[in-house]
This record gives sequence, C-alpha cells and structure tokens, in this order.
Amino acid sequence: MGSKYRSPTIDRRSFVKIVTALLGSMMAAVVGLPVIQYFISPALKKDVSDDWISLGPLENYPLDIPTPFHFTLTRVNGWERSSQSYGAFVLRRPSEEIVVFSDVCTHLSCRVSWDPENEEFLCPCHAASFDKFGGVTSGPPPKPLNRYEIKLEENQLFIHFREG
Amino acid sequence: MTQSIFSWLDERLGLTAIYNTVLDRKVPKVNWWFTLGSASLFLGLLQGITGMLLSVYYVPTPDHAYDSITFIMNGVQFGWLIRGLHHWGASLLILTAFIHLLRVFFYGAYKYPREFTWFTGVILLFGALGMGFTGYLLPWNQRSYWATTVGTEIAGTVPVVGDFILRVLRGGTDLSAVTLSRFFSLHIWIFPAVIIATVITHLYLVIRLGISNIPDKDS
Repeated sequence: MGSKYRSPTIDRRSFVKIVTALLGSMMAAVVGLPVIQYFISPALKKDVSDDWISLGPLENYPLDIPTPFHFTLTRVNGWERSSQSYGAFVLRRPSEEIVVFSDVCTHLSCRVSWDPENEEFLCPCHAASFDKFGGVTSGPPPKPLNRYEIKLEENQLFIHFREG
Repeated sequence: MTQSIFSWLDERLGLTAIYNTVLDRKVPKVNWWFTLGSASLFLGLLQGITGMLLSVYYVPTPDHAYDSITFIMNGVQFGWLIRGLHHWGASLLILTAFIHLLRVFFYGAYKYPREFTWFTGVILLFGALGMGFTGYLLPWNQRSYWATTVGTEIAGTVPVVGDFILRVLRGGTDLSAVTLSRFFSLHIWIFPAVIIATVITHLYLVIRLGISNIPDKDS
C-alpha cells in the first residue's frame, strides 16, 4: 500500500487490535448485560397474596389455650403452581379478646410449636421460647411472633393473610 | 503496577509463550473461508454459555419442560434473547461447521499430515448433529415430540439391531419421560464432554501442524 494511505497516528496492527477489542466488548456487553437481568428478574417479581382466610367458627377454639390451625394457599412460582402450607395459633382470651399468631419463628423462620406443659411456644432450631402472647422469653428471636389482623363475621373467625 | 502483576504471572504461567504459539503463529496468505473454523468455535462457545443460562430455568420433565420454556420466554427478562441465541446459534453452527468442512475438502487440507485433524473434525460434526438432535426434543412441544418419534424410528430401521437401537434411544418402547431425561443428559453432559475434548485435540493439531496453503494450479 502506498504511503499516502498510511495514517500518521496509528499503524495497521494497533488499529485492528482496537477494533477487535471494541467489537468484542460490544458483543460481550450485548450478551453479558441482559444475563444480569436474566438471573435477577424472577427475584424482583413480587407474588402478592392478600386474602382473608376463614378459620372456622369461634367455638372450635378452646379458651385460653393456643390452638393450631393450618391452611394452604396456592402460589405460582415460575412455571410451577404449588400449594404452600401455613400455620397459625389461635388464642381466645377469657376477656373475648382474640389473638392469632403466625407459627413462624421471627429468628430464622423455623416453625414453633406449643408446649402445653410449660405454657410456651418452642422453636426447635435455636431453643427459643415465646410466652402465650407471642413475646420472646428466651433465645435469639429479635421480635415477638407475628400477629394476624382478624375479623369476626357471624361468629366465623377470619385472618388477614398478606405476603409479598 | 499492571505491568508488574502481568510479568509476575507471565514468568510463572508462560502467558507470552501461549499467546505467541496460539495467536501469533505464522499462517500462509489465506482468504475468508479460513475463518469458518473460528466462527464455529465462537458459536460453540456461545452455545455453551447460553445453554448454561437456559439450564437455570429449564426442567427436563414432561410435566414442566414446556412450561419452564414458556416461563423463560415470557416470565424472565431477556429469556427470549438467551433462548433465541441458543436456537439460532445451533442452526448457524451446523452451517459454519459444514462450510468449514467443504473448505477443508475442496482445498485438500485434510491430506498428510492433517488426516487426524480431519478425523477429529468428523467427530465434532457428529457431535454437533447429536447436540442438534437431542436439543430438538427438549422444548417438549408437538414438533419436538414428533420429530424425535420419527428420528428414533429412522434409527430403528437399521437391519437386525434396529429395534434395539430404537429402544436404547428412547429408554423403552415409547417416547417418554425417560427419553426426555436421557436426551437432556446427553445434551448437557455427555456430548459436551466429548465435544470439548475433541475441540481441544482439533485446536492442538491446528496449532501444531499449522494451516495449509490455498492449493495453486500445480498442486
């Protein structure tokens, strides 16, 4: 090639290197950046549940003893529709006050159970205990058991279940 | 700083030597047909990357395969892009590999001392076709179901052992969950393992023997 075609600032080899690097980075970016979204987009999607769940007639629940209640909800995760089971404890106070706790330990989401002998909720994972009203009595949980919002309709107990 | 890190690594790993051997090696004056091997390699790598990404969401069971792909297409951002690249890349790879084969054939580049390079190339061609055949079933839609029914039926026409081959391919008499599962395993483990080993051999031979000239009128 004649010298009049030669660039004074850049030789052929460096030019090819730069173009290759640029095109390569562009192609990597076209595939690479969407990959980030590809991985995290299902995590950003919120599958919201907001339902009133019937717990049946109030008479089913004895006075002053936390009584378990289990229910299942259908959730859609990705390509799968599955039923997840949830648990709650109903405590009917003699004063007719009603408290419904979630059975999920506030520490790391193990399920707590009611120990009638010692009158406390026990979490099997890290030996945490909660009193009858859900307050933490020992162990690592940072806050009391979650309470559900409740309503009574014609003597039927409902809890307001929200997730997501 | 970068320079000193590089020379520290270079001294221990021999990076410059690798670079000189692999990329700065001497090549004869050739034409664009000689880029098809690299193009196939690039497409193969792209298939590997997009395939790994698809396996994040894909499930190889009859009850979820189709739904999981629908989820990739509609539920995941850029899922259409990853699957599209994998889908079109597959066809393009067969095309580039085949034209690569034709170039080697018509330029006589398979001759001494490159016979074994050709041999590994043939294995790679069958590997790519095997990937295509097994990958075609994975979406588990009508087209893949019937294509695989017919494809395995064709294998079944082999004299004497045909029925045996058909049953081994399907994992039973019928096209079933067993077929899908074994095709998936072949597609993501067994064929890739063979292909990677063969690509390494193929490239080693290309680098060791160098590439051939374009034959002139005398040869």
